Order: sequence, then C-alpha cells, then structure tokens
Amino acid sequence: MSDAATTTSDMPKEQSGSSARFYSIWLIAAIALIVLPLIFSSGGSLTSFSLIGIAIIFALSYNILLGQTGLLSFGHAVHYGLGGFIAVHAMNAVANYNWPLPLPFIPLIGGIGGVAFAILVGWVMTKRAGTVFAMISLGIGELVASSSLILRSMFGGEAGITTDRTALPHMFGWTFGPQLQVYYLIAFWVMISAIAMYALTRTPLGRICNAVRDNPERVEFIGYDPHVVRYLAYGFAGFFAGIAGGLAAINFEIANSAYLGATQSGLVLFAAFIGGAAYFFGPILGAILVTYLQLGLTNLTTVWQLYFGIIFIGIVMFAPGGIAGLLMMHRPLIRAGSLGMVIPSYLMAAIPTLALALGVILSIETVARYTASEGEGNIINLLGIPFNATAPVTWIVAALLVVGGFLVARLTWRRVAEAWDRAATVARDRGYLA
Amino acid sequence: MLELIVISTLNGVLFGMLLFLLSSGLTVIFSMMGVLNFAHASFYMLGAFFGYQLTKWIGFWPALVLAPLLVGAVGMAVERYGLRNTHKHGHVAELLLTFGLAFAIEEIVSMIWGKSPMDYRIPAALDFPAFTVFSTNYPAYKIFMLVVSVAIFVALLIVLKRTRVGLIVQAALTHPSMVGHLGHNVGRVFMVVFGVGSALAGLAGVIAGPSLVTQSDMAGLLGPILFVVIVFGGLGSLPGAFIASLLIGLIQTFAVALNGSLASAFGPLDPSLGPSVLTDIWNVTIAQIAPILPYVLLVLILIFRPMGLLGTRET
Repeated sequence: MSDAATTTSDMPKEQSGSSARFYSIWLIAAIALIVLPLIFSSGGSLTSFSLIGIAIIFALSYNILLGQTGLLSFGHAVHYGLGGFIAVHAMNAVANYNWPLPLPFIPLIGGIGGVAFAILVGWVMTKRAGTVFAMISLGIGELVASSSLILRSMFGGEAGITTDRTALPHMFGWTFGPQLQVYYLIAFWVMISAIAMYALTRTPLGRICNAVRDNPERVEFIGYDPHVVRYLAYGFAGFFAGIAGGLAAINFEIANSAYLGATQSGLVLFAAFIGGAAYFFGPILGAILVTYLQLGLTNLTTVWQLYFGIIFIGIVMFAPGGIAGLLMMHRPLIRAGSLGMVIPSYLMAAIPTLALALGVILSIETVARYTASEGEGNIINLLGIPFNATAPVTWIVAALLVVGGFLVARLTWRRVAEAWDRAATVARDRGYLA
Repeated sequence: MLELIVISTLNGVLFGMLLFLLSSGLTVIFSMMGVLNFAHASFYMLGAFFGYQLTKWIGFWPALVLAPLLVGAVGMAVERYGLRNTHKHGHVAELLLTFGLAFAIEEIVSMIWGKSPMDYRIPAALDFPAFTVFSTNYPAYKIFMLVVSVAIFVALLIVLKRTRVGLIVQAALTHPSMVGHLGHNVGRVFMVVFGVGSALAGLAGVIAGPSLVTQSDMAGLLGPILFVVIVFGGLGSLPGAFIASLLIGLIQTFAVALNGSLASAFGPLDPSLGPSVLTDIWNVTIAQIAPILPYVLLVLILIFRPMGLLGTRET
C-alpha cells in the first residue's frame, strides 16, 4: 500500500515537464461531465449519472480517511446523512422565509453540517488510529443512527423529511425541476470537490496525513501531533461527505434515517476499497462500479448484496490495491514494453476464471430461487441460456463449473504468476521497476 | 418494584453471560492474532440458524452439540483459507475480510432462510416455569441458558489457566515467535483458537435462538454491542470483557424495563412550545433509549479512560 502511495505522489514530479498533460486530464473529465447527458439523454441514465456523481464525492471524501490518513471508518455515512438532513432543513427554511439563497449553495450548507459534527466528535474519535478508531466509528455510527429514530422533529422518524427543490430562489433562470439541471448541479460540485480534494493531497497537510498513516511515531519526532493531523483529516472528510449528503438531499428531495445507517457506511467503504484506496482516482472508479452494479444488479437478482460481499472479499484477498492498484501494476510493464509477455497468460486464465464465476453465479441463483417460496420464476437466464432452478441438470452444471473452473483456474493463474515474473524482470532490467 | 429488580437482575445477568460467551472468543482471538473479527456475531447467527435447522431434523439436544461444532468448522476454514492468506496485507485487510464475510454471511442466511423470524421453539423438556418470583413465572429455559453459559465460562477459565493447552495459548498471545521456536505449530494454535471462539459464538446462538429472535438481522443487531463490550472492557482483556458483558447486560435489561421519561419526572412541557428536539428528548422513555445506551457508554469510556476498563495496552 505504501509503495503504491509513493508512486502516486511522485507522479506530478515526473510530469512536471508536461503539466499540460496533467491539466488536460481534468479538462477531459470536465468535458466528459458536460457531454455525457447529451449522448445518453434518457431519464434512467440521467438518474444513474446523478447518483454516480454523488457517490464519487462521497467515496473520495471517505478516501481522505482510509487512503490518505489510514483511518478505517465504519461510520462515515453519519456525516453524509447529517449533511443531507441539514441541507433539507436549510432548503425548507429558505423556502419558508424567502431567504435569497439559491439551490446551488445548499450542498455547501450540507458540508458545514458534516464538518460541524466531525468537529464535535472527531477529537475523541481520532485519539487513536487502527482498530480502536474503527470500533469507535462503528459505535458513533450506531449511536447517531439509533438517535435519529428518537429525535423525530429533527429526523422525521422512519418516514424522513421531504422538501421541494424548486421552491428555492432560481439562479440563471434554472428551476432545478428537471433531472438534467440537477445533474449539471451535481456535476459542478463533483468537479469542484474533486479538484479541492486533489489539491488537499498536495498541501503540506495532505503530505503529513500520509506520514501519519505510514509512521505516526516518526511524525511525532519531527514535531507534529498525529492526533491533530488525524482530527484535521477527519474534519475535511466530514465536510466533503456533507456536500455529498446535501447533493443527495437535493436529488431525492428527501432525507431519511437510511442515509445515516450502517449500510450506507458499508457501501462507501466498498466503493473506496474496491476502486483502490492507494490512488486518488481509485475511489472514483469504485464509486462508478458500485453504483452501476447496485443499479444494474437490483433489476437482475434479489441477492445483489451478496455479490457485493463476494466481490469485496475477492478484492481484499487477491487484489488489496483494488482496481486502481491492478491497473497501476501494469504501468511499468507498459513503459518497458514487456506487457505483451503477460497478455497470453491472461487470456488463458480468463476462460476458466470466467467459468468459475459463472458457476458461482449459477449456484447462488439456484439456491436463491429454490428457497424463495413467493411465486418467483424458477428460470435463471444466464448468458441467454435458461436454467431451471429445480432441475438436477442445473445443479450438476453449476457444480461442474465451480469445481472444474476452480481447478483449471488455479493452474492457469500459476502460469500468469510465472509470466508476470518474467515480464517484471524485463521491466526491472530496463529500469522501469524498482 | 422489588419484583422488577429481581427479574431484571436475573435477565440482565443472563444477557450478560450470553454477551460474555461471544466477547470471550472475540477477545481471545483479538489478543492472539490482532484481528478484530467482524464476523463474530455472524457466527452467533449461524449457530442459531444451524441450531434451528438441526432441531427440526434431529432434535434439540443433538443440535446443541452439532451446531456449535459446525460453526467451529466454518470458523477454522475462515482462518485457514481466508485470514492466513490475508495476513501479509496487514491488519486492515484482515479486518476488512471479516467485514466482507459478515456482509456475505448475512446475505447467505437471508437467501436460504428468508428475512422473517424462524419458528425456533424452546424444547418441550425445558418448557415449564422453573420458579415463581412475586407472581411472575421464571422460565426454566432461561435457567438452562444461565447454567450453560456459566459452565462454559468455568470450563474456559480452567482450560486457559490450568492446562498445558491453555499455557501454550497464553504464551502464543504475547510471544508467538518464541512459542514457534519451542516447536509448537503456532498456525495450528491460531486456527484452533479461532475455531473454538467461533464454536462458542455458535453455542451462544443455539441456546439464545429460541429465547430471543432467530432472524437474519440478528448479527447486525448484536455485532456493534459486542464491539462496545470489548472496547469498554479494554481490548484484549478477558476479565474486562467479563465485567463489561455483565454491566452492559444489566444496563440494557434494566433500561428496557423502566418506563420513565423526563416528562413523567418533571411533568409535561408547556404545550405552547410546539414540537422540537427538546420535546423529543423530554418525552422519550428510558426503554426507548435502551438501544443507544451501550454507545453512550462507549463514548464516555473513551473520553475518561481511553484504554477501556481493564485494558493495559494502547493499541
């Protein structure tokens, strides 16, 4: 993890000659955000893009803790949810008292809500890092989630609190009624927040956060208090999570206790970790993937959360750097021109691995359909082939795919490791890999 | 009032002992491997569901033995094929692995058994009132639960303090490499300890299942309280976990039984104030805040004694 982090921090130095390339990445991202809804203009994809945008800010804010400072939080949704509630209350107040505050500034109020709570609890929470911090964050998360059901006037109980985003003062003639306008509002905040959070990693504070993550003792020796550093990082993470929560409140026009809950905290952890916590762009990939899977899988299967769990376990066990880590592993090989040596072994490993994955999917779906008593269809449609969940043929096929896929995949992955070693040796000889 | 105190004390001690069945395994696993097993409460849930299923097939008494063994086997497999491979990536990866497992186990359980509560009945042999305290019948099954938990507690104590195995386990807690040099298979000790810890959690599930609710969200409900217990008692301290278990068991049981609120103590608020956060706090009963009391305790202990009740180490 620390290796990977140093490579990221070295990136701008390598590119200092070509800072134009660095800025062009951000420019391309901005243009993509503007153009996307023009290409995919259906209502469904606009909603997906909006959700993905919110998830990106939320996951990036989480990574200030996990990736930057090494704090594993199980209760990050608290700031997201409180930001959402503050935003909803602010929107209702603006509409009631006719304050001249247009909608685009509401996420900022959400952010202030998030940071306010972070300042309140953060000092006690960040006293210690590691496992203790993880447990405390879990406890605070549960505390806030349970309290939200008791304090009904603030959190609206089970139903939550609704609002109307069009009742606020308009800006540039935009009512923010149509989803397209909300999407552009979210896209604007995604850009601003991503740039701000990236800039944060470049500041001395961002660097000392990395140092606290890697070796708090040495940080103390050079005269910084790791507790204060963790506290500051926690505040920033709470702020950006609050912005994401405020945007979610605008998008759904409701805030309820599910925003604060353990599921939401778990999802953001999944997004940041699956994407890759060691790289700045990792959580962006993770947020896109997790949100997309969440939206896509719910239509296909009733047990989509199980797939999340399995993907997460797989990433933790076999690719702890996440997707970003996997991608960046190949950078030195591409530069050294030895990537071609591993491609054939990948292709070979892909077939049995795919068979294994299909076998697992088929078995899970078979069990799910077999046990679901409510009049659900027993037909599983996998790659266009219908399988009957009650037919023994299906069970045999599933078992064959799992066992056979596993045995063959193990052999082929050994080949991948060998090919990888050879390619890495070449890259090392050419000086692209330490 | 006296009746309430007696019954609540009995129930509180019972809940506390159940918590200790779980937290003892969690604490030993933590101090030995440095891993906080997020899936520990999931093993408890697995125990309850295995117990339910086996009771249906072969009866309660065989299930009482078999279900914890099964859960223990699952635990050993998790240690051998999951945690041991993840160890090289550090403690955060191990914690995340158990987090993912907890998530997956909950989904698998609700996929197989559904999301509604199971009809897991108290065995007929124990379904009678044991004694009567002030007109309240105290069920024999609860006495049985208490006896089993205390018996396990005593057995655990004897094994850890008085036997050779216990000696090796205790040594492996602090000096794993030295124990390895003396010729013990530390990996296997870890696996067995993890298995025994999971089996204890499974046993707690089997005996608690009929009395509490057997449902696919039971792990999610109990898990956070369990972590409060071991942080409150001091991470890695077995006596601390014991005291914290009993304390939290008693506090929660008493809080649920009490119906007072600020409004009942000081009279209702002036209705002209209208609904606000203040009226919420004023009218909430102690029974309603029972679920958040453990977390309040957690925050308090972290402010005043960050290492926990009997904890000695900083991390």
